Amino acid sequence: MIEVDRAGRSFTVGRGSARRTVHAVRDLSFTVGAGEFVGYLGPNGAGKSTTIKMLTGILAPTSGRLRVAGLDPTRRRTALARRIGVVFGQRTTLWWDLPLKDSFQLIRHLYKVDRMDFRRRLDELADLLDLGAFMDTPVRQLSLGQRMRGDVTAALLHDPAVLVLDEPTIGLDVVSKVAMRDFLRRLNAERGTTVLLTTHDLGDIEKLCRRVMLIDHGRLGFDGTLDDLRATAPDGESLEEVVARLYTGPPPEAPASP
Amino acid sequence: MTDAVTFCFLSQAFIGPMQVFGGGLQLAGRVRSGDVAVDLLRPASLQLWSLADDLGRAAYLFLLRSLPPTLLGAALFGIVVPTDPATWAAFAASFVLGVLIGFALRYLTALSCCWIVDDQGVQSLSLVLTLFLSGMILPLNLFPGWFGALARSLPWAAMVQLPADVYLGKRDALEALAFQAGWAAALLALGALVTRAARRKVVVQGG
Repeated sequence: MIEVDRAGRSFTVGRGSARRTVHAVRDLSFTVGAGEFVGYLGPNGAGKSTTIKMLTGILAPTSGRLRVAGLDPTRRRTALARRIGVVFGQRTTLWWDLPLKDSFQLIRHLYKVDRMDFRRRLDELADLLDLGAFMDTPVRQLSLGQRMRGDVTAALLHDPAVLVLDEPTIGLDVVSKVAMRDFLRRLNAERGTTVLLTTHDLGDIEKLCRRVMLIDHGRLGFDGTLDDLRATAPDGESLEEVVARLYTGPPPEAPASP
Repeated sequence: MTDAVTFCFLSQAFIGPMQVFGGGLQLAGRVRSGDVAVDLLRPASLQLWSLADDLGRAAYLFLLRSLPPTLLGAALFGIVVPTDPATWAAFAASFVLGVLIGFALRYLTALSCCWIVDDQGVQSLSLVLTLFLSGMILPLNLFPGWFGALARSLPWAAMVQLPADVYLGKRDALEALAFQAGWAAALLALGALVTRAARRKVVVQGG
């Protein structure tokens, strides 16, 4: 469902003599199969968001190739948009001044979702995510937890095969977090939606992800099951300690140049 | 004399829909804040997405910013009112093309902040060029010699001067529309190219 083959993205920053190239992501390769639920971890600035922006076609890679849902994200950005759902926890795709249900109507037109399918899906999502009470509320008046549920709904109305979540539980209270996790688990188990989840909340990872990928300094430092990840550490070490050690450890070895 | 008064009221009516004073588009702010990432998640081209937003605004401003002052002007001062339906049709087309060109120029200006840190300088420059070269401050047919010829051949002329000329019947309508359509096509094509370059070159700011 997601194929990343030696993808790299560098940026030129600064000017004059201070000009230099920053490799946000280098030589990154992984594949995610249909129906997987993968956690994508990494410290701030490790290249997680850059990866997600390349996967969704927002940014073009400077090297390597990517395929998502069978499409090249850079060339087929708009076609890909109809097959994937994306939630940025720190941004909203909803219309700030419109009632939530109007945002959904706009999305229906934008994604050309059939009216009956839309009705059915929205009813289902509104039920699961408990949106009923604030459907008529302008988005700017929603609490963060409500808005996030609205954003997740918005990302799923066109029934995407892949859901990309960038910190969907950031800032949520314990109850909202649990509700969000329950929902995502069911989505993956019952609909078979492939999920790639970026988070700094290891609770999300423990509760949801069978597989974990860890990126650091723009390279993949670990890729395996949650149990594999735990097994890299002595018994009794918490997941938090394991991950912290991997974050602060030496940068992953560069592969030998061809 | 009536022509001059008419030109005044028409150019006032163009301010809103054509955004002669810049503004309207939120794109530059969204590039700076990184929210443009969300716009790029939509199954729509960024330029068409922005255009749809802008046309909605233009339609609203036409009703609120263009019609009332013009009607008032007509009632109080008396302005030229074309009798030939063909003139009205040509004017309507010319007006819409003017709106398109106004959008295309502002879109390009907004996208400039993908390459430069702050777009205020470009915005100011664009404002001066638009006010001066559209005929907003002084009708372009009063510009002298080669400078006048140059000003009348640039895209800004298509925003205020040309629709007014078409309204007043001072210019061959077909020729004016062809000129506007040419510039609109060229600028929108340039906008598409620049959008593509922006997605390859730039950093999407923030997390």
